[in-house]
Formats: sequence, C-alpha cells, structure tokens
Amino acid sequence: MANGTTTPTDIENGERRSLSSQLPPVVGPGHTMGSVTDKISSVVLAQQTPRGWFIGLAISFALTMVLLVSVTYLLAKGVGIWGLNVPVAWAFAIINFVWWIGIGHAGTLISAILLLLRQEWRTSINRFAEAMTLFAVACAGLYPLLHMGRPWLFYWLFPYPNTMAMWPNFRSPLVWDVFAVSTYLLISLLFWFIGLIPDLATLRDRSPSKVGRFVYGLLAMGWRGSARHWHRYEMTYLLLAGLSTPLVVSVHTIVSFDFAVSQLPGWHATVFPPYFVAGAIYAGFAMVLILAIPLRRFYGLQDFVTMRHLDHMARIMLATGLFVAYGYMMETFMAWYSGSVYEHALMQNRFTGPYAIWYWSLLLFNVVIPQALWLTKVRRNTTALFLIAVSVSIGMWLERFIIVVVSLHRDFLPSSWEMYYPTVWDWGLYLGSIGLFFSLLFLFIRFLPMISIFEMRTLLPDSEVKESNP
Amino acid sequence: MSAKIHGLMAEFSDPGALVSAARSAREEGYVRVDAYTPYPLEELDEALGIRHTRLPLIVLIGGILGGLAGFGLQYWTSVIDYPINVGGRPLFSWPSFIPVTFECTVLGAGLFAVLGMLGLNGLPQPYHPVFNVPRFALASRDRFFLCIESTDPKFDIDETWGFLSRLQPRQVSQVDE
Repeated sequence: MANGTTTPTDIENGERRSLSSQLPPVVGPGHTMGSVTDKISSVVLAQQTPRGWFIGLAISFALTMVLLVSVTYLLAKGVGIWGLNVPVAWAFAIINFVWWIGIGHAGTLISAILLLLRQEWRTSINRFAEAMTLFAVACAGLYPLLHMGRPWLFYWLFPYPNTMAMWPNFRSPLVWDVFAVSTYLLISLLFWFIGLIPDLATLRDRSPSKVGRFVYGLLAMGWRGSARHWHRYEMTYLLLAGLSTPLVVSVHTIVSFDFAVSQLPGWHATVFPPYFVAGAIYAGFAMVLILAIPLRRFYGLQDFVTMRHLDHMARIMLATGLFVAYGYMMETFMAWYSGSVYEHALMQNRFTGPYAIWYWSLLLFNVVIPQALWLTKVRRNTTALFLIAVSVSIGMWLERFIIVVVSLHRDFLPSSWEMYYPTVWDWGLYLGSIGLFFSLLFLFIRFLPMISIFEMRTLLPDSEVKESNP
Repeated sequence: MSAKIHGLMAEFSDPGALVSAARSAREEGYVRVDAYTPYPLEELDEALGIRHTRLPLIVLIGGILGGLAGFGLQYWTSVIDYPINVGGRPLFSWPSFIPVTFECTVLGAGLFAVLGMLGLNGLPQPYHPVFNVPRFALASRDRFFLCIESTDPKFDIDETWGFLSRLQPRQVSQVDE
C-alpha cells in the first residue's frame, strides 16, 4: 500500500477486515487499564451490596436448606427413602452426578483448551466458568457419596493401609472414578487459585477496609508482580492448561466407563466416551450462558462480556449439540446393526415404552430446539439464547435419565422388570444441590473478582509495548 | 537517612517506557534489576535477561513420579499384597491400571507445577521492601516500576538516582529496607 497501488491481497485483507468488523469487539471501546481494574473490582469492593444479590442468595440459601434436610433424613433413614430399588439401583444419584460433572467441564474447556488455542475472547469468561466448574464438581461429588448408603465410610475408597488388610479393586471403573473426580477437583481448584493470585493482589492494594486488606493480602501471598515471578507464573499457567486438557477429557471418559464397561444393553457401547465428553461440553456451555446473560446485565458488564462472547459460546453449543445428536443416531444404528434381540428390545422400549415421552422430550430439548442457533438473529438475542440454554440443560438431564433408568428398568429377565418413580426426597436432594451451586456462586461474585482483571489488561490497546528509542 | 535501603525505584505509566528503561539499565551495567508490572510483559524477559525457568523440568519430574507411584501402588496392591481373583482376570491386568496411572500422572505434575512456581518465586512472602513505597500499590493497577537494588555492585545512591531520573520516569523513590 506504500506505493499507492492496490494489490489483490490488499483487497482481500480489506474484505477480511470488513468481515471481522461485523463481529462485536472483545472489550468495549474507551477502556483503560485503570477503568477495567476499577470496574471489575468495584463489584467486590463496593460498600453497598445490591438488593438483587441478597434476594438471589436468599432463594439459593433456602434451597440449600432443602439439601440439608434431605441429607439429614437420608443419613437417618438410609437410601430406602429414595425411589430406587432393584433393578433400578442407580437412579437420581447417578443421573445428577453425571449431569453436574458434565456442567463443570465447560469451565475447564474455556480456561485450558481455549487458552492453548489462543482464543483471546475466553479471557472475560474464564474466571467465573472455572468457579462454576468447582461448584458443579462439588455438587456432583455429593451424589456418589450419599448413594453409598454409609457415606461416613467413604474413605474406604482410597487406598490406605487399614486394619481390614484390604485394598480397593483397581479393575473397577468406580474406583477409577474416585481418582478421576478427586484429581479433577484438586487440579481445577489449583488452576483457579493460581489464576486468582494477581487479582487478589489488586484487591489487597485497593481494598478500603482493614479486614479486606488483611484477608486478600493473606490470599495473595505477597504477590508483587515482579517480572521474574510473571515469567514463571506464565509458564505454570500454560503447563496447567496443558495438563487440564487431557484431564478433562479423561474424567468424562471414565464417567462413561462406569456405564460402557458393563454389559447392559444401552450402556455397552464404544461411542460412549466421545459422546459423553461432547455432551458435557454442551451442557457446560449452556450453564455458562445461563449464568453469563443475567450477570452481565445485572452488573453492567456488557463491555467485557460482549455479544461476541455470547455468539461464540452459542456456536460451540451448536457444534457440540450436533456431536450429541450424532451420538443418539449411532446408538440407535448400533442397536439395530448388532442384531442382538436385547439391543433391539431396548431401543423399542426407548421409543415406545413407558418412558417414551421422556425420550421424545429429550430429542426436542436437546436436538430440535437448539437448531435455532443456526440463525444469527437468535444468537444475538440474549433472551432467546437464555431460553435455549435452559432447554439444553433440561435435555442433558433427560439424556442421563434415559441412559440410567430406561436401560435398568427392564433387564434381561422379565420377571425382575420394575418401574422407577422418584420420591420427594430425590427431588429435594436435586433441587437442594442446585441451591448449593447458586449459593456458592453468589458468594463468589460478591467476594472475588468474577472476571480476570490482569488478563483483561492484556487485551487493551495500551498494553502493547511501543518503544520510542530502541 | 541512615536506615538501610533496598534500592531505588522509578515509576512509569506505559509499558514501552519500562521496557526501554530496563534495557538501558542493563546496558549501563546494572545486574540486580527487577521490574514490576500489572500484567505479564514478555518483552521484559529479554530486556532484563531472564533466562529459561527450570519449571518445565520440575513438572516433568512430578508427572513421572506421580505416574510411577500410581502404577506401582496398583501393581503392589493387586499382585503382591492382596492378590484376588476378579472374574478370572490375570492378577497383573495392566490395561485396567491405566486410568488411575494417568490421573496420578496429572496430579503429580499439577502439584509440582503449582508448588514449584510458588517455591521458585519465594511465595508466600509476608514482607517485601518494595511495599514500603506508597505508590507501589499502583503496580497492581496501571503503573510500571523498575527497581535497581542496593546489592548491585554498581549501585551508588546519587549516581543511580541520576541515571533513573534521566529515563524520564514519573517519579523516582527510595525503597527502604
């Protein structure tokens, strides 16, 4: 362009530029490092807590009380208060375990995989997506523990020298689960905390109260932003991202092994690991959207979580939704292709059996409704996106219900067939865990920065090094 | 002021000025120099001569130790200490040991990464002299600081002060020990 002539590449570049300018920006215009810092930290450091926060926490906390009542009654009476029985011995406990842990996976995907792929837009959503991961895994962990019947002996699952002179059976996928989920929780916690350290230092330096300075100072561990520290910090962050990426895939693969390693029709399928991982990301992005859309409006964060973010998340949801739809198709095809009468019977039971209405609702919520995301208009409409995300969350829950209950309730022997109906305690525990999840989330957005401040600074135009005298 | 000093600190308001200043300090012959920034600045690594960190090696060792420990635990419990026939499978049914071995590898590497980073950085550190400069609180907001430490062989309070002032900082301040 320097010589004034226009070459074909220039035109191409120009076209690309005009194409990319149609996308909304990653950060709203006019922000400086100071304004970004002030805006995000003001949510935490504000003297006045917004009324909406109290209302939200009160509702979530009330539901958490439902959880405590359900757990207390369960501990007193045993798992007989639930609707499960032979042959449906895995019911809500396992459905909800898989549902919650799947939701958690989007947080790791955003923080680790999108970091490795250099997707800068992840920056403003990774912090609360990681928090969502932690809280979802905490909720997920409750269920297998409570399902054990004697949860106070949960430590028998860990290999430790004991007076019984016994060790766990390492050939069982359920023991793999213990290792996978506890590693996942610990690594996610470390990743989240490491990401928080520089922001905790910012809060320490800006907190107006003595208690705030002390607590944030303690948590920041004396972080001072030294260039040598940043150098190692960046390396750690990258390495943790590299470690979390295969970890997150392994966790849901192992969860799917709980099913796939058994010989039950509907569970014994090689498509399970990829299909479960795709489903997890699908459900997780739906939950990120459910959280992000009200949060950005309520706290006025539209400059940081822009329409660009929502659009990208909607596209990922659409893509993973198609993987999941392919999974449903393959399940049906393999059942037919296997030539096994038990597989045929299972599929017939899914389509026309007593739980058929749930199977068809699953297809509606998970496959039909999300197709609306093909339209740009829908992706740019926050209300529509929110409703589709809710639909996907319901759909993914139904998917696990179909997998667990429909496969179990009619096994190989017709004499042992039985229907499964959840009781009020099943629902109480489920609603209660949703309450716990949202209570933790409300506390998180009040006391910790929900967007990574230091990473937002790097996105600003002023952050680039422009040396005057080299 | 007879109190010992940690060094002299110059404050800049944009990253480019800090990187140029760090480079000039190195060219001037200062070696005990550190920079403080509100976000990671890759250009500083080269300007300050920060060499590659040992962290990747530490993480590799952590991963190998974790993996060996996980596999060893399963081998020892399933084959030696508590041999039990499950569905007629061989005692050393190694493919079923892979998931736990993998998880232990990631756990070992992750723990070594975090503890290694904190250890090499000397964190947690309850006290550091740079916090004695009141304006240093802005280092976690939008200001950039360059500190030449008094342990530097070339450090001379007047001369170094003069050198830092010539870099056109917003302010030069003394960091008390």
